[in-house]
Amino acid sequence: MDTMFTVRDGCLLVTMPKEMDHYKVDMIRKSIDQYLLSGEAQSVVLDFENTGFMDSSGIGLIVGRHKMVSCFGGKLVATHANPRIQKILLMSGVKDMIEII
Amino acid sequence: MVKQKESNFDTVWNEKKLAADNFCHLEFDALPENEGFARVVVAAFMTQLDPLLEEMDDVKTAVSEAVTNCIIHGYQGLEQKKMRIHMECFRCANELYVLIEDFGVGIENISQAMEPLFTTKPDMERSGMGFAFMEAFMDELFVESQIGNGTKVYMSKRIGEK
Repeated sequence: MDTMFTVRDGCLLVTMPKEMDHYKVDMIRKSIDQYLLSGEAQSVVLDFENTGFMDSSGIGLIVGRHKMVSCFGGKLVATHANPRIQKILLMSGVKDMIEII
Repeated sequence: MVKQKESNFDTVWNEKKLAADNFCHLEFDALPENEGFARVVVAAFMTQLDPLLEEMDDVKTAVSEAVTNCIIHGYQGLEQKKMRIHMECFRCANELYVLIEDFGVGIENISQAMEPLFTTKPDMERSGMGFAFMEAFMDELFVESQIGNGTKVYMSKRIGEK
């Protein structure tokens, strides 16, 4: 499995998979939501370090998690996005919605 | 450029296909795990055009969107039927052509389906960006669909013109 979940101080770090498509998104969504709903984490960091591909399924995941995290008063952050992922985030308008570092 | 109503589009496409320098087609089950498979096949096929990494990423994204649409929308509620996706790729000189076809429910209103952010599946957190991405990343996009008779997405892109 190339996706990992680590919680530290109420913040969930998700190491995103190599390829973010509809197939991968369903599993990742379920896991993140479990951490949020159980109260284990309030904020989420999506780490794109290993990710080389993302399509609109990934955008749907980010928008959905942004809504959810905002309900819990937390923050959603994306990190280590390569130029390709940045382009997808920019084109979809998600770049203005979440914090990207 | 999006073309929606051009009666001779099929004919033009088939003429190009006959004149193709190289052609391949593939049929696979409409399963999410085949999304990655379809992307890799097209990426491997287009290496003969010596594409930039960016051009390859553009095509992979467009193919991924089209195949995902077939799986999520094309075959919704048709689980008993054999669910297959037909994919065709060919190249003419420096142009790559890709057709993604399903044999599912069809699209009632194509122009509405193609509007950015329009989705019939907000509950599944679909972003409604699928066609917008195909349009943005390919040079030409043409969608043909009939209720109950499936959907064909034709796309083409010139490679190496940047």
